[in-house]
Amino acid sequence: MAGYLILTIIAFSLIAFWIGRSAGNKFVADAQGTTVHSLPGYHGAFVAVWVGLPALVLLLLWLVFQDNVIDSLLLSSLPQSEIAGLTPAQLNLVMTEIKTVASGTIFGEPAPHIMQGAETLTRWRGIAGWAMVATSVCLMLLMLFFTRSRLSARFRARNQFEAVISGLMIFCSVAAILTTIGIIVSLLYESYAFFQLVPPHEFFFGLNWEPQIAIREDQVAGAGAFGAVPVFYGTLVIATLAMAVATPIGLFTAIYLAEYASERFRNIVKPILEILAGVPTVVYGFFAVLTVAPAIREAGTLMGLATSPNSALAAGGVMGIMIIPFISSLSDDAIRAVPRSMSDGSLAMGATRAETITRVLLPAALPGIMGGILLALSRAIGETMIVVMAAGLIATMTINPLDSVTTVTVQIVTLLIGDTAFDSPKTLAAFALGLVLFFVTLCLNVVALRIVQKYREQYE
Amino acid sequence: MSEQIKVKMRGENVCVHYGEKQALFDVNLDIGTNQVTSLIGPSGCGKSTFLRCLNRMNDTIDICRVTGDLTLDGQNIYDRAIDVVELRARVGMVFQKPNPFPKSIYENVAYGPRIHGLTRDKTEMDEVVENSLKRAGIWEEVKDRLDQPGTGLSGGQQQRLCIARAIATKPEVLLMDEPCSALDPIATAIIEELIDELRENFTIAIVTHSMQQAARVSQKTAFFHLGKLIEEGDTEEIFTNPQNKKTQDYITGRIG
Repeated sequence: MAGYLILTIIAFSLIAFWIGRSAGNKFVADAQGTTVHSLPGYHGAFVAVWVGLPALVLLLLWLVFQDNVIDSLLLSSLPQSEIAGLTPAQLNLVMTEIKTVASGTIFGEPAPHIMQGAETLTRWRGIAGWAMVATSVCLMLLMLFFTRSRLSARFRARNQFEAVISGLMIFCSVAAILTTIGIIVSLLYESYAFFQLVPPHEFFFGLNWEPQIAIREDQVAGAGAFGAVPVFYGTLVIATLAMAVATPIGLFTAIYLAEYASERFRNIVKPILEILAGVPTVVYGFFAVLTVAPAIREAGTLMGLATSPNSALAAGGVMGIMIIPFISSLSDDAIRAVPRSMSDGSLAMGATRAETITRVLLPAALPGIMGGILLALSRAIGETMIVVMAAGLIATMTINPLDSVTTVTVQIVTLLIGDTAFDSPKTLAAFALGLVLFFVTLCLNVVALRIVQKYREQYE
Repeated sequence: MSEQIKVKMRGENVCVHYGEKQALFDVNLDIGTNQVTSLIGPSGCGKSTFLRCLNRMNDTIDICRVTGDLTLDGQNIYDRAIDVVELRARVGMVFQKPNPFPKSIYENVAYGPRIHGLTRDKTEMDEVVENSLKRAGIWEEVKDRLDQPGTGLSGGQQQRLCIARAIATKPEVLLMDEPCSALDPIATAIIEELIDELRENFTIAIVTHSMQQAARVSQKTAFFHLGKLIEEGDTEEIFTNPQNKKTQDYITGRIG
């Protein structure tokens, strides 16, 4: 029903556009002495927007509220004898059963009040659908007559239309912001619930992480400890390893591409490097766990070092490879964006190419380079798949890259899969970890923006 | 050209190609020691190209090819034995658009001496920086804010900072590529005065679009047209009694 209605709305808008434009054309043809303010197309667009948008908004609101309204009506229509004394969860179950029956899936022999409920539901849904169509069409016709009556030679259709479009742009940008706020609020809410169960000082300063507590009495599990330090420590170790791999390789690649490579070589190599960022992280994951980790273990054994099968080095190293293009590509762009007059000025004073790069180009390109590095760092901290597959699960405080470590993201994944209950500290801990992680990457982004802003206009 | 002036730089049969396109045709031109030589001519006539040959800045353009002989004190600067870095330390350059580095005023001037190891310690460096800024006539304006970025100065101050930066390396020749084209008349007058003072210690070649400027600051003038050197001689001679019809047309404003 909604699909057809959308098509109808589009058709109506097109007709409205045509009507508005013909009106505009007529104003232009009739213009004597007075000039027409807007082009005919703007008259058309103005009418079309005001016909189409309200109908679309109505449709959306209708779809959002229709089910709630019908549900409450249905609930009150059910025979009191059947639902008296049921808990909300049980009521929910009854409603679900009615809906399943209404959609045609019938298991066994449903009770008569369920069958009746399903019939009512189907009937009401049909009525609601047609009511929606009728209301929308009425609204569109109303808007069409109203907007058409406003058109005249001096009517500022262009300004009106542009105001609507700028409103649309504001709406789009606000939507992204609202989503972010929504995520933060839900994180805060669940984290608050977690900190009711586990004191914050234990979470932030505790050195022991054993979250696998029993959620049913008959389960065998640990006592539970929620000290997040080892988990964040693991993230730090992995991210440091990744950055230790990616920063020098990426930076030197960027310098080579920007200053030494021929144009042809650069045009081939840069896109290939950027493919690295496009490889799915799960592919990096099994590359790390099946190829790199065994190789590291064997090398370690040869040298007589104790190496765990899941080493931080394997995960961090492979992650480092993955984030090379963030650094190399952005730094390359930043270096090439430095005006040629800078390097000319330096070369003309008898500086060598290397001196020019290290003393003039790199400092001038620093904002872009820092931006790339911080972007790569946020990526490394937030990366999940590679570490889930290659790093390990046990939280240990170790700086040895050959040991297995665990990261925040890995712990969030393991906390939320399998048997979960939303009121246990085990599940809620995931939100607290997520909140802290979010806060850390947010800070990194703010720092990155700060650095970029501070140095941005320096060479202009 | 009077006989007692020593030739500092000499170009013989200099041809420059950008890819297929020839930009300079058999240019023969001498730059006299402690003189200001101005190169004039309409846009695209090759005067900047010739100037950039003198410290091999054309090397930075991949498709550029230079033939002919260019000498500094009799030594061919395109010779394999010549280190281009050393050459550019001896032949400095000031560009059309002021291009201070995004560093402090002090660091801008100290850049050259630092990379060439001209000073032994901080006191010596301070002296070089102060002297260079004084010579460029900007010391009084910046002495209290040496640690502020050079990019924060006005256009005219930036250009004088660039001149200070260039002379801090103690070059023998100073090339100037339209140094005043981005500046207002007051800043231009200051720079012109400066050029006249600098002549004592440096050999200067300057590209300019302003005929008045060429007449005011230079002792010798060379007129380029369509990649060819049309006429060269004493500035007074060129402006009062040009031998070539084209030169006359250009300086009276009929072509250009």
